[in-house]
Amino acid sequence: MVCVKHVPDIQSERSLGPDGRLVRDGGDGTINELDENAVEAAVVLAEQARDAGEDAEVVVVTVGPDDAEDAVRRGLQLGADAAVHVLDDAVAGSDVFGTATVLAAVLRRLGEQAPVDLVVTGMAGLDGLTSLLPAALAATLDLPQLTLAAEVTLADGAVTVRRDLDHAVEELTAPLPALVSVTDRANEPRYPNFQGIMAARKKPVETLTLADLGVDPATVGTAGARTEVLEAAPRPPRTDRVLVTDDGQAGARLAAWLLERDLVRTTPATGEVL
Amino acid sequence: MATVLVLLDHAETGALRGSVLELATAARDLADGGEVHGLWVGDEPVDPALPVLGRHGVAVVHQVSTGAVDPHLTPVLAEALADAVRDTGATVLLALSTFENKEAAARLAVATGAGVVTDAAAVERDAEGRVVAAKTVLAGTWTTRCAVRTDLAVVLLKAGAVVSRHVEEPAPLVPEVRTRALAVSERATRAALVRRTAAAPSDRPDLSSADVVVVGGRGTEGDFGPIEALADEVGGAVGSTRVATDEGWIGHETQIGQTGVTVSPRLYIGAGVSGAVHHRGGMQASGTIVAVNPDPEAPIFEIADYGIVGDLFTVLPQVTEELRRLRQG
Repeated sequence: MVCVKHVPDIQSERSLGPDGRLVRDGGDGTINELDENAVEAAVVLAEQARDAGEDAEVVVVTVGPDDAEDAVRRGLQLGADAAVHVLDDAVAGSDVFGTATVLAAVLRRLGEQAPVDLVVTGMAGLDGLTSLLPAALAATLDLPQLTLAAEVTLADGAVTVRRDLDHAVEELTAPLPALVSVTDRANEPRYPNFQGIMAARKKPVETLTLADLGVDPATVGTAGARTEVLEAAPRPPRTDRVLVTDDGQAGARLAAWLLERDLVRTTPATGEVL
Repeated sequence: MATVLVLLDHAETGALRGSVLELATAARDLADGGEVHGLWVGDEPVDPALPVLGRHGVAVVHQVSTGAVDPHLTPVLAEALADAVRDTGATVLLALSTFENKEAAARLAVATGAGVVTDAAAVERDAEGRVVAAKTVLAGTWTTRCAVRTDLAVVLLKAGAVVSRHVEEPAPLVPEVRTRALAVSERATRAALVRRTAAAPSDRPDLSSADVVVVGGRGTEGDFGPIEALADEVGGAVGSTRVATDEGWIGHETQIGQTGVTVSPRLYIGAGVSGAVHHRGGMQASGTIVAVNPDPEAPIFEIADYGIVGDLFTVLPQVTEELRRLRQG
């Protein structure tokens, strides 16, 4: 099961509405780019499993308004086999914990049909960028979490990842079922070819409501959100900007400008006393 | 009055991560006369850090040992946080906004019902006493203020969000240390740590909390010499772009951007950096932005306070040289 999100294109003009929520109907929506890495990782693992003579299926799942179906359609073009779209007005305004509740319910429903061995997500949504969902979902499902994977391998019923952190490199391993989040360094998502796009049209997209999933609407959406946006405003543009073309002395003038504004210490640093 | 808990992130050497003192400062304001407690997860000796923590208003340090279990596993850290919240009755938890702390906060929130704000640039109480955090979103183009609605508020602050201040009067005390062992659950270690290799310590400041960051991009063509020389002259950290790390010119841990390190230094200097949205998302909240790029159309000039259209290999060494001359003279 791969979780994907439909987000405004980061190259487009993005904005927040009066309710502090992201404007999602600008027509510039797309699959969250980092989720393509998740789909790619899952599709490759499924291909490897099939090559080894096992049954494997990749299901892409999204939660969101009508347009969000585009995100799972993209997942199908990238090689997923089936899709689920949770579409329910009560979901709007959910925080990450509400979303995790809904995704957990989808997993349990899928699990009634066939065991789900692996949940794969991207490392972050390029809209909110909190990176909270993978760990929140793993905790909600009580699955081992192997997050921020730059490398994923499956063998003998266990998943192993390498993760590169700011201050260390770690290798984690867990028995299946488990949850993995992958970084944008984990792979290079394939570009869907014509065949893939045609095949995707025939693949099933199941649309589910909260009632289908047995999720209480009060626990999700704006009502269930644990934080509330009080204010949102575009950042004012920077003023007094300087743009010069180097005439051979621009570097020297920049040095003086930095010192005048106290942006660089007037004496070289000698070790800081806290 | 409230007890505010601060996660004391530290290196394997036992050295506190610099911005932790900023958290302690923010915690004092939120405690509103209550106590600031620190949580130190791990067996590294805490004593060397006590005086500075005391000067920043930390009354009690809880040193929690996880025994044979590596405390770097984020589900283990989450359990340590939940345990400390229960023990102290804290209603606010502050931690640095790192990937590891985000994971631990997410798990803590699932376990306790807490509300979480990540990447906060400021935190305060509003008139009703709610914890309100400010953050910039959408690649630094919007600012928001978010109130936490739950009894326990978890706020992850970006480095540099608060200026750290000493306690004034009365004279600060050395914090009381309370040690205890945490019984880690089986579920927290189901994903087992096979190995962990800590990064080699660097002489330069930590990228995420440095005052000055000098960044090289595609325009360096792999030669980070001028970037490093300027960074060392000003006591800054060295950063890079996705292109530079993908090319293998410099380590992945230096990559600034939406999927890498987020920085908001007082001074950002980008050389040979075009300013793609991926990169801007990780640096747009910087105080003053300086850009050097041969292409006058480079998007980074749209957000630069001081832009120089020119060759970084002539401009940067000149800046370094001139700073050296002016500061010695």
